[in-house]
Parts: sequence; structure tokens; C-alpha cells
Amino acid sequence: MENFEPVIVAFCCHYCAYTAADMAGSMRLSYPANVKIVRVPCSGKVDSIHMMKALEKGADGVLVAGCLEGDCHFKSGNTKAAKRVTFVKKLLEEVGIESQRLAMVTMSAGMGTRFAQIAGEFTQAIRKLGPNPVCAGRGTCATAKVA
Amino acid sequence: MITAERKPLAEIIDSIDGCRRIVLAGCNECVTVCAAGGRKEVAMLASALQMDFMKRGKTLEIHEMTLERQCDPEYVEQLAPFIDQVDAVVSMACGCGVQEVVRRFKSKRVYPAVNTKFMGASERPGVWAERCHGCGNCLLGLTGGICPIARCSKRLMNGPCGGSSKGHCEISNDVDCVWQLIWDRMKELGIEARYEDVIMAKDWSTERGGGPRKIVREDLQ
Repeated sequence: MENFEPVIVAFCCHYCAYTAADMAGSMRLSYPANVKIVRVPCSGKVDSIHMMKALEKGADGVLVAGCLEGDCHFKSGNTKAAKRVTFVKKLLEEVGIESQRLAMVTMSAGMGTRFAQIAGEFTQAIRKLGPNPVCAGRGTCATAKVA
Repeated sequence: MITAERKPLAEIIDSIDGCRRIVLAGCNECVTVCAAGGRKEVAMLASALQMDFMKRGKTLEIHEMTLERQCDPEYVEQLAPFIDQVDAVVSMACGCGVQEVVRRFKSKRVYPAVNTKFMGASERPGVWAERCHGCGNCLLGLTGGICPIARCSKRLMNGPCGGSSKGHCEISNDVDCVWQLIWDRMKELGIEARYEDVIMAKDWSTERGGGPRKIVREDLQ
């Protein structure tokens, strides 16, 4: 458990969080390599099944990162994504998986610092939670290879 | 459409706990439209079941299938090639679909994964409301096209009752008084004089009062 390195899947909106992650790189800010980014055209494109499948396949945490409220490039994709996250969190509770493993965050394209901070805090929170109980039961955890 | 809601996960898991392989069968009709048992909901439930079983160190093989219509024998037949390989069928269709699967595959355990609710319409995205009770003797022509059987809490044939207040029903402010809606509609159509016509006591034998119902069309047999 001490050496546990979680795998975090972050679905990042092309117009904000993905660019913010890029900016974090440009700013030479370091954030945990545990965070694996999946670029999406809008956080509203992230379906409930994507969040579920990420956790089912062994991710220890899932982030859905969209634009700030009112700033969605497609008007309301981020609010739709937030509602889906709430829905999936309830389902996870039913399954008996900690709903904290899934989170919705918002940021603008210029918030490289915020992205790095969220990536760090979320990774730490998941590290405290421990491995995803799904892969623990299966005995084949997808462990992150962090140097 | 016939509306439904997924059962609590614990109830579904409890019914299939001893199973190793199941078919999870959705339906492409009503339950797809009301987001209870279509392809997407089948995938979500399959994922949730997988996670639950894996979490407990157990395995469950799920064959996901969404039939065009689970209430029609020709589509239910599509389950036949898989039925011998599974311990049970979990159906996400309405009660009609579940029973069609039962009728076709007599020796197979079939469990419902949704609670069938009512015949309703989509008021707005994510909200479905009861509209028809299937009473077998439609009186929408007398009530301005708004049904007091399905939408009046008391099923009053001549309303409103004393519980109508500012257009709402006494049971909840979220429920419209249907007789207020009927009156407003009649006024809009200029047929409010018809409101005075007393609707006679309803013959409930066309509803469930006459036992299970059946429609027979000999020209189609």
C-alpha cells in the first residue's frame, strides 16, 4: 500500500482543461505522472459509460475536466457532464465503490497552475483511498509506472 | 410509451448472485426512450454488475443484447442461440418483454432489472409523466383531450374536487389539478358549455375490472 501509485484517467476538454494541462507543461509545472489524459472535444462528450468503463477496467480514479461554469465552448456541455458525474457517483455508491474516485472539475485554458494543483490533490486523495476495489478483487491491478 | 426505472442494484445482484453467465437483454422501444433499458442502460448495468462481482473476487460473464422489441416473439427468438450457454436472462424491458422471454424459454430463469411504471409522455428531457391509464374506453373526446383517469388523483369523472387549489392538486404542489387543465383547455377551445355535461359513471369492466384483457384481430391471424 505504501508503494501504491494510482492510475488516474482524466477526460479533458480540448478547449480548457487539455490546454490548461499543456500550459502547465509550458510553465514547467510538475504534476503527477499518474494522471493519464484523454482529450475530448467537450466534457459533455464524456458519457456515463466512459466513466464506468475506466473504473471497471482498473483506473483508481477518474477526473472529468471541463470549462468554467458559463464558459463552455458548446454552451452547456460542462453542466451536462457535471450532472452525469453526479449520476455515476450515485451508481458507484450502489456498487460499493467510493464515489470520491470520480470527480468533476472546471478550469479555463489559462489555468495551468490550477490543473497541476488539481492533478496533485486528486492523486493524493486517491492514494489515500487505496487501489480500486474492483481490481483488488480481481487481483490484477493496473499500477502506474511512475519513475 | 411504457415507462420504467432501473431496480436497485442490490435487488438485481441478489437475484443473479449464484449465476456465472447471464444474458442482459435490453429493448429498443419504450424503455430506450425513457432511458431505463436501452443499449446504453444495458451497458451501464453490465459495467456495474461486473464491478460488483469483481470487487467480491467473483466472475460473471455478461452477454449484452438489446432486442428491437422484447414484446414480440420474432425478436425474442434472437436470444435462442445464446440461451443454453447462460444461467439466467436479466431483462431490462418492461413487464411485457420479461414475460415474452419467459413464454419462449420455459426452462430458463428470467429476472426483471427494471420496475415498469406507467404509460406516459416525455414532458421535458429527463421528466416523464403519466398520461394514459389504459382504461379501455377512451373519454378524451369529452374532456378536451386531457385524461382525468390517468391524471386526476381521484380519477374523478366530474371535477374538480374541493382539493383543487390554484391549479394544483391537494396531494402535492407538483401535481396539476387535471380538472383545472380541462377547464382551461375547454375555455381556450370555446367549448366551456360542454363542461356542464355530466359524464356518467364509467364502466370499469373494460379496464382491469373485466380481468386480463386481450385484443384479437382475426384478419391478422
